[in-house]
Amino acid sequence: MSDISKHQKPSLREWLTSDAPTSRRQAKFSAWYRSWLALRSNPMAMFGLMILLFLLAIAAFAPIISPHDPFAQDLALRLSAPGENNYILGSDSLGRDILSRLIYGSRITLYIVALVALMAPIVGLFVGTAAGYLGGWVDVVLMRITDIFLAFPRLVLALAFVSALGAGIENAVLAIVLTAWPPYARIARAETLTIRNADYIHAIKLQGAGALRVITKHIWPLCISSLVIRVTLDMAGIILTAAGLGFLGLGAQPPSPEWGAMISAGRQFILDHWWVATMPGLAIFTVSLAFNLLGDGLRDVLDPKKSGK
Amino acid sequence: MALTTDQEQRKRRRKSSFSPWIMGFGRIAFTVAITMIGLLFITFIIGRVMPIDPVLSIVGESASKSTYDEAYRQLGLDKPVIVQFLYFLWDVVRGDFGESLLTARPVLDDLIRVFPATLELATVGTIIGVTLGVPLGVIAAVKQGTWIDHIARVVALIGYSMPVFWIGLIGLLVFYGKLGWIGGPGRLDIFYVDIIPTVTGMILIDSLLAGDTDVFWNAVSHIILPAGLLAYYSLAYISRMTRSFMLEQLDQEYITTARVKGLSEHAVVWRHALGNVKVPLITVIALSYAGLLEGSVLTETIFSWPGIGLYITTALLSADMNAVLGGTVVVGLVFVCLNIFSDLLYKYFDPRSK
Repeated sequence: MSDISKHQKPSLREWLTSDAPTSRRQAKFSAWYRSWLALRSNPMAMFGLMILLFLLAIAAFAPIISPHDPFAQDLALRLSAPGENNYILGSDSLGRDILSRLIYGSRITLYIVALVALMAPIVGLFVGTAAGYLGGWVDVVLMRITDIFLAFPRLVLALAFVSALGAGIENAVLAIVLTAWPPYARIARAETLTIRNADYIHAIKLQGAGALRVITKHIWPLCISSLVIRVTLDMAGIILTAAGLGFLGLGAQPPSPEWGAMISAGRQFILDHWWVATMPGLAIFTVSLAFNLLGDGLRDVLDPKKSGK
Repeated sequence: MALTTDQEQRKRRRKSSFSPWIMGFGRIAFTVAITMIGLLFITFIIGRVMPIDPVLSIVGESASKSTYDEAYRQLGLDKPVIVQFLYFLWDVVRGDFGESLLTARPVLDDLIRVFPATLELATVGTIIGVTLGVPLGVIAAVKQGTWIDHIARVVALIGYSMPVFWIGLIGLLVFYGKLGWIGGPGRLDIFYVDIIPTVTGMILIDSLLAGDTDVFWNAVSHIILPAGLLAYYSLAYISRMTRSFMLEQLDQEYITTARVKGLSEHAVVWRHALGNVKVPLITVIALSYAGLLEGSVLTETIFSWPGIGLYITTALLSADMNAVLGGTVVVGLVFVCLNIFSDLLYKYFDPRSK
């Protein structure tokens, strides 16, 4: 018997979809593969994913793809209409190629999103798991602080933070993180409360594990998936907030090709030269829509109880 | 002896029927107080870490050392931080946010003047958003999985993804610049400004009170686009939430019972299911209303709408910190109040909490 099964080595697909995984690794990969299959059957989510992969590729190969230098000015050809003078999407008030600036701007957008998406959930994870696991007055104090931050309107708080810290990308990121972490803390705390009294946690504690070890090794890993869903759903909001700060002149500073700042620069020409402000807005819209489509699909796959079946 | 225990018992019983309300009220008041103090503390810290020297902005660059020190002491900057915070708290309680550098008037007066404009915008936006969003959500839930549901989903997702400052610009370009269907930036055309007396500060209401329909329709032509945009955002949120609440209800057994009883589908959906959704929906609407007050920051900038959002952003760009902090505190307080209000409404309408 064992000879036969050895000879018939299962294909990768069979190995992934097997009902009886033989190792922990196989079970894990199999779960991932099933989620992927479910996600793949959702055309809107796949559409979002494709746009995002496309964006990643654009950002990675920006110097190769972009037809012009994003900072090169040509005042003689300023405000050229799309298609005119070799400018596919037109040129701005200083004669810079809008397409090239959009391509380079994708790097800034991804940079901001990546930083916020890394930092905010981590802050939330620290606060939420500490509050949930330790309980008592730690819980009360931490959750009060969380509620206070939640009570603030996010954009206004971010505006006040940036104005206090000074304008710039890093400060904008910091301000967005400071306003974005409370929901993650809430989620992490809720997860922790359900895990905290599980038998396996008691077993680990009996083996002598301290609070730090229980939280980092046994609670954090279980909080990750719900945090990831939430982050994907929040990405669009992060992009819009960052672009809003840039639009108000509080994010990336000129001549940086940040999309929000580009809209702001095109605002005064909107009536006669519509493309200057329209193109970067389309870019912002496309990317945040892609994140929303993907997030919506991911939630359906990973969290079926909340999607209304 | 028996009598006293009886009396005691009665007293205790009366107390126990009374005290949950007092306790509940006390707890809410405590939560509100803590949240507001925390909110003010954050604002205070922001004001402290900003790189602008408040003394210099009062006495000027060329002031002598003794003048500087005098102003420094008068501002209370030599006191410990916690004492300074208490001063700040006391000022806020008295409604004293200092003077605005830009308008050279007390910040509180400015805020009272600009707030009705924001309130008007957010209210009109919410009304449109609710009247369209709730039916859309209900229909999407009833027709779950059909093309109507998909369209509703896409409509909402587009709403979540649209940068409001961009679509506002495009809207102005198309409907004002090219087509000329609507009024441009601002609340009124220039020759209608200051015709009618200010009563509530909301021009739509004031013009009706004054019986001036010209001003009213002009105000409508100005508010329709910014309010419509805000309405789209609240529609996106409200319709999604309505859909998921409705799906939950339509799955319940009482719905089956109602259908078996022979009730019309219309009555089942719009009376029975929607009736039970009413309570969580109120919370959602209150939250989206609060969100619109915040969302108006960018919208007002685009439409030169003289509300609290435009006030804050203008103050930001000219480093008018008193105005920024005052505006932040007021928006934060309104936000907190709306949250509490929705909580109370929830308690009031939900029979289970009685």
